[in-house]
Amino acid sequence: MRFGVVVFPGSNCEQDVMHALCFLGYDAGYVWHQDTDLAGYDALVLPGGFSYGDYLRCGAVARFSPVMNEVIRYADSGRPVIGICNGFQILTEAHLLPGALLRNAGLKFICEKLPLRVEQSVCKWVDRAPGTVVELPINHNEGNFICDGETLKRIEDKGQIVLRYCEQDGLRRADGSAPNGAFDDIAGICNEAGNVFGLMPHPERVVDGISGDTDGVAFFQAIVAYALSVRAA
Amino acid sequence: MKRYALYVTGKKGIFDPAGKTAQNALDNLGYEGIEELKIGKYIQLTVDDTVTVERVTEMCEKLLANPIIEDFRIEEVG
Repeated sequence: MRFGVVVFPGSNCEQDVMHALCFLGYDAGYVWHQDTDLAGYDALVLPGGFSYGDYLRCGAVARFSPVMNEVIRYADSGRPVIGICNGFQILTEAHLLPGALLRNAGLKFICEKLPLRVEQSVCKWVDRAPGTVVELPINHNEGNFICDGETLKRIEDKGQIVLRYCEQDGLRRADGSAPNGAFDDIAGICNEAGNVFGLMPHPERVVDGISGDTDGVAFFQAIVAYALSVRAA
Repeated sequence: MKRYALYVTGKKGIFDPAGKTAQNALDNLGYEGIEELKIGKYIQLTVDDTVTVERVTEMCEKLLANPIIEDFRIEEVG
């Protein structure tokens, strides 16, 4: 199992991702944003950071990096792609995922560990039972997910909402549990096929147990069987 | 040489926390009668004469604005 970690100028979580993947015993390599050869990678990770300085809009410039045409082709062929934080923003800008990410409602950069509820979804990156509450850190300024009502209904109906911000008991507050103002408390979504997953929280930071939790492990382990089955096909 | 002024603003109904914060600050300063304050982007694009407004529109749709959350307006300013 070999992961590719796509690095844009301004990415800054690629080493965290690499550390997590190596800790879990997987092979992984960096893919520079100017590379166009994704052969040999069973899954791709678009890490967090501030690609191209977040100029214009987060992810807007990275979306047109040479590697992205190949990432789109890779995703369209059913191969697994995960975008974490800035990686999520890039995937929405590339229209691999619906919606957009706006500035946090409270205008504050938020860095904390939060409970998230795993929803019933088609996402191939998650194998936890719906309703499970996981704890993951968030670390962002633009995580306020937005989409129109029609899109929300569509992604809800098709099982594309993967993670929602919630309270410790898994319930959502009537006035919203998302600290960043995200629409319908959405923290992570996937595409219709379930192979492309974007989330604002950082699962790679809670893998080795150093920070006290290991809830991030499941996301990287969940994809392996699927990734290898796609490779075999 | 031509110059275009591009105005990119949040679509109607899209929450604009920066605009809202500035509006609240004006309220606190005692300015009355403000119905809405929106903060957007101003982009100045200088091009040669071959670049048409259609081409600039394409640039906005593709990169400079995100049609999911933003509207844009193009003015040729000489």
